[in-house]
Amino acid sequence: MSALTVSSLSKAFGGLRVTNDVNLDVQPGERRLIIGPNGAGKTTLFNLITGELTPDSGSIALFGDDITRVPSRRRPHMGMARTYQIITLFPHDTIVHNVSLALLGLLKLRWNPLIDLKRLSHVTDDARAALDRVGLAHLAERPLAQTSYGERRRVEIAMALAQSPKLLLLDEPFAGLSIDERRDVHQLLLGIPRDVTMVMIEHNMDVALEFAERITLLHFGEVIVEGTRAEVVADPRTREVYLGH
Amino acid sequence: MSAARKRPAGLSGRAVAYAIALAALATVPYWMPGEYYINVSSQILFYAVFALGLNVLVGYAGLVSLGHAGLLGIAAYATGYMLESGYGHPLAIVAALVIGVASMALYAVLSLRATGIGFIMITLALGEIIWGLCYRWISITNGDNGINLHGRPHPFGFAINTATSFYYTTLVVFLLAMAAVTVFVRSPLGAALMGTRDQPRRMNALGYHVWAIRFWACMFSGLLTAVSGVMFVYYTQFISPQAVDLTASAEVLLMVISGGAGTLLGPVVGAALVVVVKSVVSGFIERWNMLLGAIFVAIVILMPEGLVPGTVRLWRLAWRRLNAQRGAKAEAKP
Repeated sequence: MSALTVSSLSKAFGGLRVTNDVNLDVQPGERRLIIGPNGAGKTTLFNLITGELTPDSGSIALFGDDITRVPSRRRPHMGMARTYQIITLFPHDTIVHNVSLALLGLLKLRWNPLIDLKRLSHVTDDARAALDRVGLAHLAERPLAQTSYGERRRVEIAMALAQSPKLLLLDEPFAGLSIDERRDVHQLLLGIPRDVTMVMIEHNMDVALEFAERITLLHFGEVIVEGTRAEVVADPRTREVYLGH
Repeated sequence: MSAARKRPAGLSGRAVAYAIALAALATVPYWMPGEYYINVSSQILFYAVFALGLNVLVGYAGLVSLGHAGLLGIAAYATGYMLESGYGHPLAIVAALVIGVASMALYAVLSLRATGIGFIMITLALGEIIWGLCYRWISITNGDNGINLHGRPHPFGFAINTATSFYYTTLVVFLLAMAAVTVFVRSPLGAALMGTRDQPRRMNALGYHVWAIRFWACMFSGLLTAVSGVMFVYYTQFISPQAVDLTASAEVLLMVISGGAGTLLGPVVGAALVVVVKSVVSGFIERWNMLLGAIFVAIVILMPEGLVPGTVRLWRLAWRRLNAQRGAKAEAKP
């Protein structure tokens, strides 16, 4: 059974076909890289998979379950987590509170209006454990507003990991990072166990190529090339799309 | 290091401040110079409950409602109508709370279709509709003449017909409301609500039902608003469309914003400010409306975040400067 199956998925904004008959099949434990020039429809594809956008046609299945009509807010409960290309965190709160919100999202406890969140030690302990995985445990109590861009990228990943996803969608996790920070995040991603299937969008080819086992090249909303790392790099259409000749 | 060292002192300072405030509130009838001022204190407290209710939406949900006076009015009218129809006080109060909260449910379902400016416009329209109903549905509301009440309840043989007894009743209700909001804000649902205010899209992607969280926040706000509506109508012994109009909705919104939206004490301070200027200062200054306007302009310029957070900010700044000066002097000495 595939971890993620996308079948003839299409989405148009007015006359612009941003996703055009896309098929994708990601095996459990696989590391899949999605590349493509700006405007290729990579983030739109993610938004369709997470349900933030509704497809015009086609279907999406998560570990064999058809989730095309499942509301986006239910999908994290089925084992799907994502990070955002544009950092989307809670700026007024501490780092550990950000991660606690990610944990609470999957707990029935999130509807409780009476207990003190700070006293729920199992939530805060789990949040700290998730921060430890990304090397931010020592900054747990720091307000998010006082953190660096690189640290925020790692908070994004910690929040996704805290939800113990089966499928992790990473939207340009290296965007805007320095070389050192990129290396740290790269190490972090390599350390994620194989029971998590990962799909990553990335522009940064040198780091990304090392990460991926299979690569899908998107261009104008269509899958142009798909295959192993070597196949896609060697394919003339990849050169054409990326280098223009 | 110095911040960590000062913290315990700050905490106990806060506890002392709360104890003093509580003691002052509990002894109001003994030190206020007359019955009139005791009544003003009662007004501050039930308006504070109203503002606390609106603050749940404005401050913690990021949803600005401009029709809240309509909801207060529904609870107040329901009380008046029930009493006029010959029912007793307990039934009238329960009915007012149920009708108030049920109206809020409808209000929420209609207005939560939008956020931001859309939400403001829908709530404004709904507030105006409620005002129109109060004004025109004469068989129930008695139109422009309003409904007069005769007397206040006697819970457990305790008559609330004097200024002092009404004040203490309002104080108890106010403290309960304050406790409820405090507990709510610290709870997981409160944290989730603030999450939907700051990053609704992310909250949805984390597995939260953003609409439902906002809906429950509306219901909590509606309950506090209905409670203050009952207190209001028992205080004034009269309800007319004037209490429901847009000015009244804007007034309570100004209480929240001037005091500090999204803070626990802000709405209380805002309610005190507006009520004091309206009822006390207006006795000395004929153009009190202008004064209130000037105060709001001053707040917006000097403390755009509101009186409570603004004062905290200035206090910390002054404290830090003072410490820096002391440090400089200590270094200069040897």
